[in-house]
Amino acid sequence: MAEIVIKNVAKRFGAFTALHSVDLTIADQEFMVLLGASGCGKTTLLRIIAGLETPSQGEVWIGGRRVDHLPPRERGIAMVFQNYAVFPHLTVFENIAFGLRMAKLPQAEVERRVKRTAELMHIEQLLKRYSGELSGGQRQRVAVARALAMEPDVILMDEPLSNLDALLRLEMRAELKGVLAESKTTTIYVTHDQVEAMSLADRISVMNGGYIVQADRPTEVYRNPAARFVGSFIGNPPMNFLPAQAQGAGRWQVAGLDFDGPAAGAAEFAIRPEDLHPAEAGLRAEVRVVEPLGPHVLVTAQVAGQPFRAVLESDHQISPGEILTLAPIPDRIRWFDPETQKAIA
Amino acid sequence: MSDLTINAPREKDVARAGKFVFWAGIALLVLWVLVPIWFLFVNALSSPAEVTSFPKRFWPSFDLASLQFFWNFQGVTAALWNSVKVAALTMILSIGMGAPAGYALSRFDFPGKEFFRVLVIMTRAFPLPLLALPLAVMFIRTGLDDTILGLALVHTMLALPFAVLITFSLFSGIPVELEEAAWTLGCNRLQAVIKVVLPLALPGIMASAVFAFVISWNEVFAAAVLTIENRTLTAFLLQSLNVSPLPLKFAGGAALVMPALIFIFAVRKYLFAMWGIANR
Repeated sequence: MAEIVIKNVAKRFGAFTALHSVDLTIADQEFMVLLGASGCGKTTLLRIIAGLETPSQGEVWIGGRRVDHLPPRERGIAMVFQNYAVFPHLTVFENIAFGLRMAKLPQAEVERRVKRTAELMHIEQLLKRYSGELSGGQRQRVAVARALAMEPDVILMDEPLSNLDALLRLEMRAELKGVLAESKTTTIYVTHDQVEAMSLADRISVMNGGYIVQADRPTEVYRNPAARFVGSFIGNPPMNFLPAQAQGAGRWQVAGLDFDGPAAGAAEFAIRPEDLHPAEAGLRAEVRVVEPLGPHVLVTAQVAGQPFRAVLESDHQISPGEILTLAPIPDRIRWFDPETQKAIA
Repeated sequence: MSDLTINAPREKDVARAGKFVFWAGIALLVLWVLVPIWFLFVNALSSPAEVTSFPKRFWPSFDLASLQFFWNFQGVTAALWNSVKVAALTMILSIGMGAPAGYALSRFDFPGKEFFRVLVIMTRAFPLPLLALPLAVMFIRTGLDDTILGLALVHTMLALPFAVLITFSLFSGIPVELEEAAWTLGCNRLQAVIKVVLPLALPGIMASAVFAFVISWNEVFAAAVLTIENRTLTAFLLQSLNVSPLPLKFAGGAALVMPALIFIFAVRKYLFAMWGIANR
């Protein structure tokens, strides 16, 4: 059992605040992805959990034990680094065995575990090699095998796939998901790649400016962004936003069209590009650029002077300069408070 | 088209001339180093009579009389042995103190770090003759005068800045992630250094140790001032330079150059590796 609880953790580097009072609970065996742009504090949070960074305040609990004062080796964690950190002076075998030898396991057990994890990561033929003789993808496998061999309660991964080329990344992603699900460890995985986050995570914590903006299942994060930032960060292309004028009694006018919306206050209208379809009545969009993407076509247009994107079926013949009327799917419309940037339920 | 036909041979000429200058430069540099060493060996390996005669030989006669004379000269073996002891002690002290300092400089941020780095270099800013007299007085008071340890301490002071700065850049070239990975795999700070950092830094540390050895081996001023009975070879040769015959000087010179050359030749791979171990 390794539930991770982060209570009120903050990190300041001098005058710069990397993390503002973060609270997060990660369930046992959960795959949690910390997602955000660079500088959002995701790596800092991971390093605090690992014990490589000391929090300025707050508590970290792993498996019911408070660990924020403990060194990394006493936390029951294993970590995979962005640049792999495979020891260059040791063979692949000794790299994987490194932690096991530190734990003073008997030689037979060391060999058994190295063999098993090497097979799991398909590197059994590389055990005698040094890291200088390995490709980036192979080094990545060694780094993961080395972490798995420890049979840790928690595996921490810091952008493990970001140094691999696109094809290899796709392959490793699927493999990692399978291997980690089987190992039954709690995983925290840092990435800036939303596709990676979507495909791997049980839950995604979207981070921005040192805050966790939303922590929820991938589909929830995608469908119901808790904040304007989440909508504008996740999705490719991201959500469209349009200003809305209150007409009273929960009626809102958006680009000359009336919608049902929040009861009161101020609001901003939001819709995902794929939740639009050409119709008789809808938002009047002036087409600027048309990009065929195979099954779909990405249309960049202007609605009421605002940039606006739509992903449409590719059987529509659309050319730049054309005027489209795009109808949003009613239950996919979201509203945000322009003041707090938060979603209005 | 016409431009091309005119230019082509000229470019060829320029390239040829450049090549000539390149190789001439290399030849000059090689000769610059090798000719004095060659004459040293020719004369050291010739009989005393040949050394004093003229014209000089180009090939040595492999007569060991000069070396034999040198070897049997009163006090030479003792001085040689002293040199080895002082240099070895200097090597141990300067690496023993320099490597931890280099590690601290590369891994920790502490107040006064920049000042410390300047301070390290500053020890070389004072000319040794200026320090020698107060040092000699202090050494006599503490009983360190005319001892191997006393001289090794002075030599360590000379070698330490290099040891600190070389190991600093060495440790900085080893990614912190390797250490962090070791910590997550069960090491404490010291274990991570011993198991991960030191093996990777060893070639460079060896090179800087050899450098410290050679600095001590070649140092003559402090050795001459601070020792009387326990002279090192350099101090001994300096002392007897005016009174000793030519064959002894050559043999002594060869005996001084030889170990330094052999030592550096032995670790040349590591010296090259010092610049070659990138962030792997």
